[in-house]
Amino acid sequence: MTLFGELYFFVCAGVLLIPALILGCLQKPLKYYGLVLSVAFILLALKDEPAELFYMMCYLAYQLVLINIFLRLRSEKGARKGIFRVFILLSLAPLVIYKIAGLFALRILRFMVISSLTFKALQVIFEIEDGLIRECDCFDLIYFLIFFPTVLSGPIDRSRRFASDLDNARPREEYLELVGAGLFKICQGLVYKFVLAQAVFQAITYLGMEGGLLSNVVYLYSYGLYLFFDFAGYSLMAIGTGYILGVVTPENFREPFLSVDIRDFWDRWHITLSHWFRDFVFSRFMMASIRGRWFKSKLTGASLGFMINMLLMGLWHGLTASYVLYGLYHGLLLALTEIYQKKSKFYKKHKKDRWYLVASWLVTFNLVMFGFFIFSGRLLEII
Amino acid sequence: MEERNEKNVREVIYELLEEICGDDVVRHEPDINLLEEDLIDSLDYTELLIGIEERIGLLMAPSELTREEMDTPNKIIAQVMKRL
Repeated sequence: MTLFGELYFFVCAGVLLIPALILGCLQKPLKYYGLVLSVAFILLALKDEPAELFYMMCYLAYQLVLINIFLRLRSEKGARKGIFRVFILLSLAPLVIYKIAGLFALRILRFMVISSLTFKALQVIFEIEDGLIRECDCFDLIYFLIFFPTVLSGPIDRSRRFASDLDNARPREEYLELVGAGLFKICQGLVYKFVLAQAVFQAITYLGMEGGLLSNVVYLYSYGLYLFFDFAGYSLMAIGTGYILGVVTPENFREPFLSVDIRDFWDRWHITLSHWFRDFVFSRFMMASIRGRWFKSKLTGASLGFMINMLLMGLWHGLTASYVLYGLYHGLLLALTEIYQKKSKFYKKHKKDRWYLVASWLVTFNLVMFGFFIFSGRLLEII
Repeated sequence: MEERNEKNVREVIYELLEEICGDDVVRHEPDINLLEEDLIDSLDYTELLIGIEERIGLLMAPSELTREEMDTPNKIIAQVMKRL
């Protein structure tokens, strides 16, 4: 079964969510049923892939043990940079091994959701180090990691936010309103993913695959649209399903093609991923660099911070030249945007003028579409 | 370090925000939305946290609060006061 990908899933989900609906109306906690449902869907999704299921269970056990040991060390010994770094590396190790093994066509640690699980596990380690997480409820943690609506590819929720929804038994009316909003999002997501994304895909298939200038231009402008409808559609369905289980999963897209600059774009496109990198890579790098006075100018530090941040995001998508280039491209754009907006008097004077916003939107739109062109691999194919 | 009462904290945060945003509107309109008015970006936010650490002696992690919980001078002051 493909989660959110085929009729079989939607029929199962439609039936299996009815008990959740009843529990919600009775104002009972939804998390126990939610966990059972998540386990059931993961078993259904992986029933023909026993190796993946085995890796996933080992992976979960490994992360749980890591988190619990780190939590104990943190509370006994206080914040120690060395210990923290070791645990970050240990938590990241399975993903790195899987990605590198993939380069040699080895299927070690290959299971469909390793990337999204790694983000969640790392977030917990980071926040234990920062003193934000002081205890570990294993039930809540497992449920957070394998919550089936978002387990496949996001939105990437945060553990403290997720846990705050679990014990919050909503009044019936509030819950029903959430369900209504959730159902609407699911419908919207279905249209995005199965109608609009498919339509754009057809356009690419018929008009964008032959090579030559016109075909490349069609591809350039439609690939980004396809990605958007496909992924935003999936995200909407995941968020809507989360609502029915009483979890207000964060939004992942906010009209990204209306962005007026690249910084704005990353606050609108795959928001939970970009904010994850912002909080746990960019901000931490910047704070360490300001504290340690690594750079004479903050803008130099920030430029390097953006490059590292986006390069890692690119690498996370995969270890291919196109993804690396995509990361560097966005890192460079973010660095240039930051320098321009901080230094330019022209920008400060005109940033709220209508003509400026239109021009800035047009430039951004084209830069973003070109970025997806790199991401798709087509650019490296034709040069 | 100065005594950390609300008046001092308020003054320190105003000074910090004036330096970071380059605009004294933050002092005159303490409920202004820093995100909507494009007065603070990701880089500025890290500077704000470092400033709070150096001048008030309070450590705040970048992921501790959402940006929406820290998007006006008054909200920032209230969050800092809560943690002293």
